[in-house]
Amino acid sequence: MIESSKTDYSQKNMSSESNAQSKYFKSKKRQEQLGKIAIYVILILVSLILLAPLVWMLSTSLKPMSEIVRFPPTILPETFVWQNYLDTIQAFPFFKYMGNTLFITGFVVLGNVFSNSFIAYGFAKIEFPGKKILFALVLATMMVPGFVTMIPQYILFTRINWVGTYLPLIVPAFFGSAFNIFLLRQFYLSINNELIEAAQIDGANHLYIWSHLMVPLTKPALITVGIMSFNGAWNDFLGPLLYISKEDMYTLQIGLQSFSNQSTTQWNYLMAGATLVLIPSILLFFFAQKYFIEGMDLTGGTKG
Amino acid sequence: MAAEQRIEPKKKPKRQKMNKRQKKEALWGLLFVSPFIIGFLAFMLLPMAFSFIGSFTNYNITSRMDFIGFENFTRMFTNDQLFLTSLYNTVFYVVLNVPLTTAGGVFLAVLLNRKIRGISIFRTIFYLPAILSGVAVYVLWMQLLSPSSGLINTVLSWVGIAGPSWLFDPNWTKPALILMRLWSVGGAMLLYLATLQNVPIQLYESAEVDGAGPFKKLRHITLPLITPIIFYDVITSTIGAFQIFQEAYVMTENGTGGPANSLLFYNLHMWNKAFVAFDMGYAMAMSLVLFAIVIVLTFINLKLAPRWVHY
Repeated sequence: MIESSKTDYSQKNMSSESNAQSKYFKSKKRQEQLGKIAIYVILILVSLILLAPLVWMLSTSLKPMSEIVRFPPTILPETFVWQNYLDTIQAFPFFKYMGNTLFITGFVVLGNVFSNSFIAYGFAKIEFPGKKILFALVLATMMVPGFVTMIPQYILFTRINWVGTYLPLIVPAFFGSAFNIFLLRQFYLSINNELIEAAQIDGANHLYIWSHLMVPLTKPALITVGIMSFNGAWNDFLGPLLYISKEDMYTLQIGLQSFSNQSTTQWNYLMAGATLVLIPSILLFFFAQKYFIEGMDLTGGTKG
Repeated sequence: MAAEQRIEPKKKPKRQKMNKRQKKEALWGLLFVSPFIIGFLAFMLLPMAFSFIGSFTNYNITSRMDFIGFENFTRMFTNDQLFLTSLYNTVFYVVLNVPLTTAGGVFLAVLLNRKIRGISIFRTIFYLPAILSGVAVYVLWMQLLSPSSGLINTVLSWVGIAGPSWLFDPNWTKPALILMRLWSVGGAMLLYLATLQNVPIQLYESAEVDGAGPFKKLRHITLPLITPIIFYDVITSTIGAFQIFQEAYVMTENGTGGPANSLLFYNLHMWNKAFVAFDMGYAMAMSLVLFAIVIVLTFINLKLAPRWVHY
C-alpha cells in the first residue's frame, strides 16, 4: 500500500514538474557510466603495467641476442629461438638444481604443516598454565628480525657440523613458525569445542582428536600453510647461500644467481632461466589462488 | 581489624590447586606446544644470548674470543665509514619505501573495491607479482632496468625521455630497487581489500546523499576505516625494509655494494663483516644495534598510533 502510493507520488512529481529533474538524473546516469569507463581504463592500464615485466621476460627469453641489443628493441620476438631454453637448461644445470630444491622444499612443507598444526592445536584447544605468556612469546618472535639470529645460528650449526648439509634449511621447519602458528590457531578457534568434548567423553585423547578430527577439519588452512611454505622454500636464497657451498648441492636460487654472475648481459639465457624458476610459483598461484588469498585474509582480518 | 581483612583474601590461594584431570590436560598442552618451546630455545634464545655476549668480544669463529668491552660499538660510529654509509642507505630506502608501498597498496585496493564485471581477474593480476620472489625476480629486474636494452628505458624513450642508467648510477640505484618493490604491493593490497569489503555500503550511500564526491568519500570514510591496517602495514614494512639484503646482494654481484657503495645496506655490511671478513664479534654487535633500531621504530609507531589510527 505504502509503496504504491509512493510510486504514484513520484510519478505525479515527474510529470508535473519541469523536466529539469529528469535531465539531472540522465546526466547523473551518464556521469556514472563515464565513471565506470574511467575505472576500467585505469584497471586495464595498471594491469598492463604489472604484467609487462612478465611478458617482457617471456619475450626476451625467446629472442636471439642480436634482437635484444637492437635499438629500439622489439616488443615480441621476430624469430622465436626455443633453443635458448635448451641451452639454459644445460648450462645451468637446471634439473639437478631443481631436484635439490624439491628435496629441501618437500621436507620444509612437511615440517611446517605438521609442526604448526600440532602446536596451534595446543594453543587453541588445551588449557594449561602459562599459555597466555607463551603465546605472547610466539607473537613476539615475529618482531625479531631474521638477521639478529642469523649469525649466532650459523655459529651453532658450525659447531654441530651441519654447515654444508641441508639440515639447517630443513630441521628448523619442524619446530613451528610464529606466523603459521598464529594463522592456524585462528582457524582452530573457529571450530566448536563441543566436538572435542564429545570425543573426550568417548575416551579419545588429544593426540587422537588432533590427528583424526582436527587435521581433516582444518585441511583448507593446512593447504594454505603448505602452499605458502612451498613458495617460501622454493624461493629461499639466504639459507642456501649461507649453508651450501658445494656446487652439486646448489638450489635453483643459488644456481640462478651464479648463472647470472657468469653470463652478465646474456639476457636471452638469463630470462629463460628466470622464467623456468618462476613457472612453478606462477602455476601454483593460478591453481591455488584461493588458498593464497585465504592465508592473507585470515591474518588480515584479525590483525590491527 | 581492617588490616586483617585486607590481608585475608591474599592468604586465600587465587588459583586453586589443579585436580588430576587438569594436571593431565596441562601435560597434554605442554606436549603440543613443546616443539615451539624447544625451537625457541635452540634457534632463538640461545643464539641471541650468544650474540649478546659475542657482541662484546673479538670473536672470529676459529681462534679468538677475547672480551673487548664496548669497542665494537664505538668502532661502528667512529671508525667505520662503511657502517655509516650502510646506515644512511638503509634509512634512505626505508623512508622512501614505506610510504610509497603503503600508498600503492591502498591505491590498488580502493581501485579494486567495487562490484563490477571482471573484477576478480584484475585482482588476480594485481596480486600475481606479490607471490613472485627470489633471484629470478631480481634477475628479471636487472634486465628491465638495463640502461640500453631494458624495458623501462625503452618505454621512457617512446615519450622522449632519456632514462637514467639505474643500477649503474649511484643516484638511481635505490629508486630502482623501490620501483621493483612497488611491483609487488599486491600483498598489502589484499589486506586492505579484505577490510574494505566489510565496510557497509550504506555508509557510502548516505555520504552520497549528503553530496560527498569520490575524494571526500575516500578521505572521510575509506581511509579512516583502514587506518588499523595501514598501521599494521607500516610497522611490518618498516621492519621488512630495514632488513633489505637479498636484492642488493644479487644485483651488486655478491654484495659488493654497487656503484659508490650506494646499495651497501645495513645487512649487506653485516654480512660482509660476518661471512667475508669473519669479524663475527663486530657483526653480532651490528645485529644487536639493528635489533635496538627496530624496537625503537616499532615503539615510536605504537606511540604515534593514537594520533591517526581509528579503532
